[in-house]
Amino acid sequence: MAHHDTLNGAEILLKALVDQGVEVIFGYPGGAVLPIYDELFKQNRLRHVLVRHEQAAVHAAEGYARSTGKVGCVLVTSGPGATNAVTGLADAQCDSVPLVCLTGQVPTHLIGNDAFQEADITGITRPCTKHNYLVKDVNDLARIVHEAFHVARSGRPGPVLIDLPKDVVQSKGEYQPPSKVKSKYKPQVKGDIKAIEKAIDMIAHAKRPIFYVGGGVINSGPAACQLMTQFVRMTGYPCTLTLMGLGAIPGSDPLFLGMLGMHGTVEANMAMHDCDLMINIGARFDDRVTGKLEGFSPKSKKIHVDIDPSSINKNVAVDLAIVGDCAHVLEDMIKVWKAKQCRVDDKALKTWWKQIDQWRGMDCLAFEGSNKLIKPQYAIKRLYELTRHRNPYICTEVGQHQMWAAQYLKFDLPHHWLTSGGLGTMGYGLPSAMGVQMAHPDALVIDIAGEASIQMNIQEMATLVQHRLPVKIVILNNQYLGMVRQWQELIHGGRYSESHMTHHPDFVKLAEAFGAVGLRATKPDEVDGVFKEMMAVDRPVIVEMLTDASENVFPMIMPGMAHNEMVLGPEDKSRDKPGSEEDGMVLV
Amino acid sequence: MIKHEEIQRHTIAVLVDNESGVLARVIGLFSGRGYNIESLTVAEVDAKEKLSRITIVTSGTAMIVEQIKNQLRRLIPVHKVHDLTIEGPHVARELALVKVCSTGEKRVESLRIADIFRARAIDSTNESFVFEVVGATEKVDAFIKLMEPLGLADVSRTGVVAIARGPNPI
Repeated sequence: MAHHDTLNGAEILLKALVDQGVEVIFGYPGGAVLPIYDELFKQNRLRHVLVRHEQAAVHAAEGYARSTGKVGCVLVTSGPGATNAVTGLADAQCDSVPLVCLTGQVPTHLIGNDAFQEADITGITRPCTKHNYLVKDVNDLARIVHEAFHVARSGRPGPVLIDLPKDVVQSKGEYQPPSKVKSKYKPQVKGDIKAIEKAIDMIAHAKRPIFYVGGGVINSGPAACQLMTQFVRMTGYPCTLTLMGLGAIPGSDPLFLGMLGMHGTVEANMAMHDCDLMINIGARFDDRVTGKLEGFSPKSKKIHVDIDPSSINKNVAVDLAIVGDCAHVLEDMIKVWKAKQCRVDDKALKTWWKQIDQWRGMDCLAFEGSNKLIKPQYAIKRLYELTRHRNPYICTEVGQHQMWAAQYLKFDLPHHWLTSGGLGTMGYGLPSAMGVQMAHPDALVIDIAGEASIQMNIQEMATLVQHRLPVKIVILNNQYLGMVRQWQELIHGGRYSESHMTHHPDFVKLAEAFGAVGLRATKPDEVDGVFKEMMAVDRPVIVEMLTDASENVFPMIMPGMAHNEMVLGPEDKSRDKPGSEEDGMVLV
Repeated sequence: MIKHEEIQRHTIAVLVDNESGVLARVIGLFSGRGYNIESLTVAEVDAKEKLSRITIVTSGTAMIVEQIKNQLRRLIPVHKVHDLTIEGPHVARELALVKVCSTGEKRVESLRIADIFRARAIDSTNESFVFEVVGATEKVDAFIKLMEPLGLADVSRTGVVAIARGPNPI
């Protein structure tokens, strides 16, 4: 006789998801997961969003996770369902997004037999997940699900995959609640107090300091962002943010120097180059940030706070490392600062700010306007000014439009900027916006896109319409793979190899074909009207902006160059200098 | 800069859950990130706790070796990572089975050398021996080199196992 709490695997799975706080699953059914979908049908605790491609399910879960701080949840079938999800998992791994991805698998007795829709997905995803599991016994299922959520959200967050053979979810077993599961995975969250005291000493004595803040602070949560802002304001030191860190301190704060790196501002990059103390909180010295390592901030001492010990001394050797969660470390830093009654060197700081203001005065994001052609920078600036009062969530695809969005939009709140930073996944924005809108039904959610990127997951328009998700998609159409064209113009002698797309769908008609609204602007004086109309509609909208095809993103640190060797604009002659290949390394 | 730094050999002991896929995770980490593996051994060491011990001999600059250890620690089933090379004195041993085929004077000479190396003959026919030799990698290397002209036919080595000297476990 069955024990009273004996359930089948699919029931155990859904019970575990509910106990883990899951509200929404993004997924796509198929043979191996039919028993799970059957249980989904019988309950109403978990909502399910039916995507049109499994990659989009993962990006949607990323959007959900990054805008809420919760773990995103994905359910796809075996074989092609699982392999289609791989790009999304790699994206989440690069950008440290907490996900649990459930994949169907052929029954255990068929594993290894090249069965129909079989793929070794734990093997395939080993390098692009934080961890993965193959469940072989239904009595391990609840424990594994609880542990997977713990692993996904603890330490440096990341995607975790659970492979579920069909016979396992059909057989009967016992449920274990989360309280019964003890995980051995316990990352360090408190920073070493001795190191924190030393850091405070260095910070108080700096003459040309800069805070270099990354996505680790965003991942650490709203409290970490508040503490970060508090600490920056207490010191009065300048602060730059990485692409992943935008929103960690308010974009409108005068202490914020703008984004740094390849397309960062002059003031941010020059201050990084000339500083005497760099205080890295939750950033990872990515190659898009550092440029040429030999020329990277040569005169500075460096402090690095990171929850992941493997991020420390990976690319750049630092003078003081603190392993811990940003919120905990910042809290201790502020405590020590107050306890020691630290004072900054006012005179030195004044001189430093005078220098920074000089760089700021160059107004590196200025661009030449036009009354004939829509400049992409102009479109983004107007979008910002017309929507800022609603604190929109902004998602992007990947390319020039992404960089312009990062440069011209200011984020006063964390968790409102979602972009594929590490992997650089074209097609990220639309499904990610879908996930954000699911979590925040009344918010204004905008996907800033290029005409090429949007076509990588355009099928999700149908999902938006089916689930009544009023996402606004703004396509900056310049007829080119813009960033590819820019590199070809600047680095490959103007040979535009396969970067020109000569045929595009009519995006207005396409929107209508999906049952959404399509709008178009072709001239600068139409931009405001179209954006206003877009905001007035309570349905998914595609706005197509026909923009100047020749615009490039500036400033730009050319590959192989250092922070103080930026190209400022099309007139800047230094762009003709070839970048050096560092120690024989080919720079990408 | 990094690349001009000296490359050094390190012996790393890793305690892991003995579960399916754990070795693939460790090896995949090395191949995916371009680290060297000079030798790798693995076997269960605690049946009750289901723990295996992996001994890896790798080489790299100090910064790379630090990376390797930190990347290993990131793997969920990895519990302990110890760099025996820098943490104090340790002993490292390797076992090799060496097949030597010869007759006459060469056969006698191979036995003589085996005696010097304290290698045991664990299989013999009229025209062959299998020797078992245990020692540091350099000793095993030397033994095999000396057997080359004496009819060396086949070699099977375990790779290095290592443990810290003194009373403390890892």
